[in-house]
Amino acid sequence: MGPVLFHARGLTKTYHMGDVAVHALQGVDLDLYEGEVVVILGPSGSGKSTLLNILGGLDAPSGGEVHFRDHQLVGAGDAALTRYRREHVGFVFQFYNLLPSLTATENVALVTEIAERPMPPADALHLVGLGERLDHFPSQMSGGEQQRVAIARAIAKRPDVLLCDEPTGALDAETGVVVLQALARANRELGTTLVVITHNATIAQMADRVLRMRDGRIASIETNAARRDPAELEW
Amino acid sequence: MRMLNRKLRRDVLGLAGPLAAVALVAASGIALFVTLRSMRGFLAQSQADYYRDYRFADVFVLMKRAPASAARAVARIPGVRVAEPRLVFEAVLDVPGLAEPAVGRFVSIPASGEPLLNVPHVRVGRMPAPGAEREVLISEAFAQANRLGPGDSLSAVLNGRWERVHVVGVAISPEYIYELQGGELFPDNRLFGVIWTPRALLAAATGLESGCNAMALQLEPGAPERDVIEAVDRVLAPYGTLGAYGRAEHVSHKFISDEIEQNRVGAVVMPAILLGVTAFLLNVVLSRLVATQRAQVALLKAFGFTNNEIGLHYLLLALVPVAAGALVGVPVGFRLSQATAALYARFYRFPVSTIRPDWGVALAACGIAAAAALAGAAIAVRAAVRLPPAEGMRPPAPARFEAGVLDRLRVQRLLAPSARIVVRNTARRPLRAVAAVTGIALAFAMLVVSRYAFSAIDRIEEVQFQHVQREDISVTFREAAPRAALNALRRLPGVLDVEPMRVVPVALRHGAVERRTAIFALPATGDLRRIVDQDLRTHRVPANGLLLTTKLADVLGVRPGDSLTVDLREGTRRTVRVPVAAVADEALGANAYADLEYAARITGERQAISGALLAVDPRRESELYLTLKQQPALVGIGIRSAALRGFQRTIAESFQVMIFISVIFSVIIAFGVVYNGARVALSERARELASLRVLGFTKREVTTMVFGEQVLLTLLGMAFGVAAGYALCAVASAAGNTELFRIPLVVPVTSYAYAAAVIAGAFLASALAMRQRIRELDIVECLKTGE
Ligand SMILES: Nc1ncnc2c1ncn2[C@@H]1O[C@H](COP(=O)(O)OP(=O)(O)OP(=O)(O)O)[C@@H](O)[C@H]1O
Ligand SMILES: [Mg+2]
Repeated sequence: MGPVLFHARGLTKTYHMGDVAVHALQGVDLDLYEGEVVVILGPSGSGKSTLLNILGGLDAPSGGEVHFRDHQLVGAGDAALTRYRREHVGFVFQFYNLLPSLTATENVALVTEIAERPMPPADALHLVGLGERLDHFPSQMSGGEQQRVAIARAIAKRPDVLLCDEPTGALDAETGVVVLQALARANRELGTTLVVITHNATIAQMADRVLRMRDGRIASIETNAARRDPAELEW
Repeated sequence: MRMLNRKLRRDVLGLAGPLAAVALVAASGIALFVTLRSMRGFLAQSQADYYRDYRFADVFVLMKRAPASAARAVARIPGVRVAEPRLVFEAVLDVPGLAEPAVGRFVSIPASGEPLLNVPHVRVGRMPAPGAEREVLISEAFAQANRLGPGDSLSAVLNGRWERVHVVGVAISPEYIYELQGGELFPDNRLFGVIWTPRALLAAATGLESGCNAMALQLEPGAPERDVIEAVDRVLAPYGTLGAYGRAEHVSHKFISDEIEQNRVGAVVMPAILLGVTAFLLNVVLSRLVATQRAQVALLKAFGFTNNEIGLHYLLLALVPVAAGALVGVPVGFRLSQATAALYARFYRFPVSTIRPDWGVALAACGIAAAAALAGAAIAVRAAVRLPPAEGMRPPAPARFEAGVLDRLRVQRLLAPSARIVVRNTARRPLRAVAAVTGIALAFAMLVVSRYAFSAIDRIEEVQFQHVQREDISVTFREAAPRAALNALRRLPGVLDVEPMRVVPVALRHGAVERRTAIFALPATGDLRRIVDQDLRTHRVPANGLLLTTKLADVLGVRPGDSLTVDLREGTRRTVRVPVAAVADEALGANAYADLEYAARITGERQAISGALLAVDPRRESELYLTLKQQPALVGIGIRSAALRGFQRTIAESFQVMIFISVIFSVIIAFGVVYNGARVALSERARELASLRVLGFTKREVTTMVFGEQVLLTLLGMAFGVAAGYALCAVASAAGNTELFRIPLVVPVTSYAYAAAVIAGAFLASALAMRQRIRELDIVECLKTGE
């Protein structure tokens, strides 16, 4: 295992809805290592997205601390978090979240423009098997294609970590595999740490470690003896 | 940031409709501001240039008759640089082709040629030749109204004889920019004109071979006007002076200055109101527009774009329509300001001066519009970037509905289910609803105020020509006459009724304030001339003391119960103390009224009258006119129907263009606002609407829901617009209050109806456009790409 990339202790997150307090996270301790593939499983509402958003600097926890390498993320301030996301993090969301007014290439270029050592957008799109669809707008692509553009957009900046929230949630198995392959390839070839949230236990086989969440806590962490190539997965 | 710029370009194209509407609003606001505001300095500057170039005098004085030695004595008064003696004489005129008798003011031209002061500027023809004593110049307004020019002749009763004079030129003069017959409020250029005549002819008519009956003075720079005026009054006291006065009390100057002042309402207050409203609308519209891109903001943040980068992107988006608006609005504004300036030049008869584009004004307009738009976008961007990106990006959260007041009141039970959805949707985003309602209310108010000048002018016309001036004809005698003179008038053809009047030239003093004016004395039982205030209440002349126009009382600082010092400027010329009995808030003029008997008491001249008011049988009008033309005893004739025509032609017309411009632009702005409201509401809803369609709602049902909400907001907006419109009119009315004119605060129901009709029309037009968009709404695409 490589050096520690994320170091989180006592993470809590509470949402207040009027009189009701929703405890999305209730004390999460976690270390993630450079270059590893982690899959997070857990029932709906168990706090997976919340955890991922906090790791990615999209959201702030109510308590606890998170370090990315030697950066303290909690209380870092908007400007510092923005720089952190810009330099180190790639996101892939369940609802692809492409900018509707930009083409595939442009959606990727949007991010590479502000990155330090990006790959050319076209290369990133080739990596996800979309070399043919460079100039298409999101509305002209299928869900799987849009998701692959989103992945190309995330890996093109060569981030240190890729945070993926149900990247295959909206896709059929075949397309899902293609998407996961693209992610695994980034991990393999670029050494990018990969965190994938999913409801699909099969996908856990591609991970080095599998993290199960329940009620805002980490219920268990398993280490796979060997991780499998997504191409071998079937569901 | 090339990609962001590309996104900007595409977004601009994608939002072409709403952005075009914003651009139209901005263009209208800017054009309106530039047009009206450019007028501000222009009139005052033209006036000053004209006065300088044609040597408009500083001090004026009229008297019965003074010998040449008196004129020389005036010239020696310290502070007087030039003193020009003149002869001024008014007489009834027979103008070729004119049925009514006109009145001419004959002003002498010295034998040496051009006058030293108040130089007439010959526009057509030439000055009278030396020695040709029947050659005259006539004023341009009079010439044009009667289609006269060099080669025409006029007849007048001068010194008891019919004299024919020959027009050799047409001129304008700084002294008579506004040509008013004594006591009239509006020029009637058909029936009154200035005639510059060689001194010799007037000398014969007035019997003043060497002396004069008027003087014009130019002062040394910095000379104290008050001291000079006092000295002149002392020198001329033995010669029946009416009192020297400065420019401030010069009729034409005062009217012009008041008009210029009133123009400030048009040039400062109105554009400020309109641009303010535009700015607010831009603010609201752009903040709503940017708010629809909330999810994209969150996404950009997630990628690590800084708040500044994102902010700049949306500020640029907001600037695009404003810049487009400025590109159109500024040149249009300049064009219109030139057209308006030309119109004023024609109306005021200044020598042609062109208005140069005022870039400062244009810059200010664009700056204000841009600042407002940017502020609107900034508010929305701030709100969007403040949100943690995780929250902004979450697929649109199901909106929180709570049982609202309406539910508790159980009003909703009365409503159909779709109406309930409409009410809940509106109540769910109260801020958005407030913004939409405010926008419509302001557009409504703007429409109301744009027509305000129309109703104000109508009201002035109504008050003056229906309620105040009820006589058909008023006549003024050359010399005060005994009451018996009425009998002669009563015997003239067509005269049905005659009432006496008396105009006494006076100076009213209270403390340090002094006003030269005249006491207008009417019989207590009279009915042909009434004193009517702005609320159309009629006031009677008091048995004792004076009734003052409220404005005059304010200027003098007196209230009913106080006393005034009155210097009589004719007859016994004594000074008396008189009580102020009452005030009346008249819209026009600054008048002092008295009962005829009371006036006789304070002047000590029993029975004397200076003119009469006549009611005339319309069928015998022309017969009467013919007779009146030959009355040497008459020095002034006022004809109500002609005055009304004059009013409509000059005053109303001069405002028409400005009003028209305001009306057009406010309509455009109203359309822009309404369309934008509907359009933005639609994009805010695209996803929701698509979902509803998926659930099986028909296009019609979906359309009804969108429009139901818009109808509700529009109706609310109009309701608030009524109050806002009235308030804006009140501001305009207060700003237009001058010594001679008050702009009555009248906002007729028709103005509100008009505004409501425009808004409703705009709404229908937008509804049609929106219906088309909803028809074309691609459900799949909406659901696929989200917001
Ligand atoms: N903005 C919010 N306001 C209130 N509660 C929230 C908010 N976001 C999340 N929650 C609550 O926090 C808890 C954890 O949510 P989270 O989105 O992390 O779950 P999740 O594990 O990702 O679920 P899913 O698999 O359905 O995506 C849930 O109970 C959710 O209702
Ligand atoms: Mg989730």
